[in-house]
Amino acid sequence: MKKDLLSIGDLSAEEIYRILDTAEAMREIGQRPIKKVPTLRGKTVVNLFYEPSTRTRTSFEIAEKRLSADTLNIAVASSSVLKGETLADTAMNIEAMAPDVIVLRHASSGAGHLLSRICTSRIINAGDGTHEHPTQALLDAFTIREHKQRIEGLKIVIVGDLLHSRVLRSNVLLLTKLGADVWVCGPSTLIPPGIARLGVRVSTSIDEAVAGADVVMMLRIQQERMQGAFFPSLREYFNTFGMTAERVARAKPDAIIMHPGPMNRGVEIASDVADGPGSVILEQVANGVAVRMAVLYLMAGVEDEAAA
Amino acid sequence: MPVVLDADRISRTLARIAHEILERNRGIDDLALIGIRTRGVPIARRLAHSIREIVDRDPAASSSAGRRPTTDVPTGMLDITLYRDDLMRHTVGPQPVIRRTEIPFSIDDRRILLVDDVLFTGRTIRAALDALIDFGRPKSIQLVVLVDRGHRELPIKADYVGKNLPTSLSQSVQVRLQEIDGRDEVEIQES
Repeated sequence: MKKDLLSIGDLSAEEIYRILDTAEAMREIGQRPIKKVPTLRGKTVVNLFYEPSTRTRTSFEIAEKRLSADTLNIAVASSSVLKGETLADTAMNIEAMAPDVIVLRHASSGAGHLLSRICTSRIINAGDGTHEHPTQALLDAFTIREHKQRIEGLKIVIVGDLLHSRVLRSNVLLLTKLGADVWVCGPSTLIPPGIARLGVRVSTSIDEAVAGADVVMMLRIQQERMQGAFFPSLREYFNTFGMTAERVARAKPDAIIMHPGPMNRGVEIASDVADGPGSVILEQVANGVAVRMAVLYLMAGVEDEAAA
Repeated sequence: MPVVLDADRISRTLARIAHEILERNRGIDDLALIGIRTRGVPIARRLAHSIREIVDRDPAASSSAGRRPTTDVPTGMLDITLYRDDLMRHTVGPQPVIRRTEIPFSIDDRRILLVDDVLFTGRTIRAALDALIDFGRPKSIQLVVLVDRGHRELPIKADYVGKNLPTSLSQSVQVRLQEIDGRDEVEIQES
């Protein structure tokens, strides 16, 4: 593996499977009476979050603590960023205190790459703008493999706000790399130009896209990133693209329903589907801890390029 | 490359250890076997099987005389990778592969028999002890090894030893087991 995890594109299929296999072993630690192993004792991990996050930040923090790393969280709302400090300056100041890993969430695409160039600490991208969210795609793959025992050859449909979704980009890169038949679906205004070049089938008909699917992955409508009218109303969006029980019925009978959260019930997904028998949404959250433990463990073994 | 234990010797050695375990523990109550991955696991399973056979033949060997055990001695497996003391020392090359730890019973108040193939520096056993303590508070932990090759770096001693094998540091001891390697033998190699 490389020094940093910025994009799924940095990982080979073999490395992805290695992370998933390691996560299998890591999950068992969460079921012990003492949910902690001494592996990263003495390592410092800084969680630097420039955007609100509950799931991802908590998940990383639990993963770090279960591996015995020292962790600290910097939430921008209470930091010097409000006093006008740039990302690079903040990062260099944190770097001066010699952490081993920085987990970064930022509203700008490529923020992780910027830090990667100026920091010797390992950088894990926990979501950069509309670019990528690699650990989310890894935990999604882990969850899919657990239910379907494979990823290759599955029909996987991703529905929703494709344009603003970093989860989409990471998932498309990962799932196509592992040989899945990936379909993406959403209103034409929310389909990023050129997405088909990544090797996915594009559809604006949810009925066509969902037909015979093994996995249905819903994406959140990201109103906070929308400047302009991409569709007439949330109600109309739900009527055209919302995941209802009738639409789920077009997928395979054992299809699983996924959502990276946070969910907008009644916008991209109906409540009875979100809480229904095929839903693995909370399993995704549970698996996130094991997958992030695996990433932290495997990255800790990477040769330090600066020291080499 | 001399073979120091062949399949027959290994099988007789394990049978002897099974007898010793029963004798010293006066029965199988609260006993549990935990094999250290990789080759401690099949050895632990074989010991569980031998112990069961002995008790089936002679119920008096079990402490509750006359009562036959309905199950084998519980057997688990332990991966100690995350507890290794050299894990973050040389961060060159990929990290060792981690495999699942499976201890499907509570170790609280049990007499644990920790099983490994080769006892060498003692560092693996140190890691295993730390790992086990994270699962609970056993009544006792005893150590079973097929081969003790010496060169201890920590104050650790086995309770049951299949064979003491004097070696030099330049040699390595290869334990091969049917379940993993397709045949049973212990071989000394010059490295």
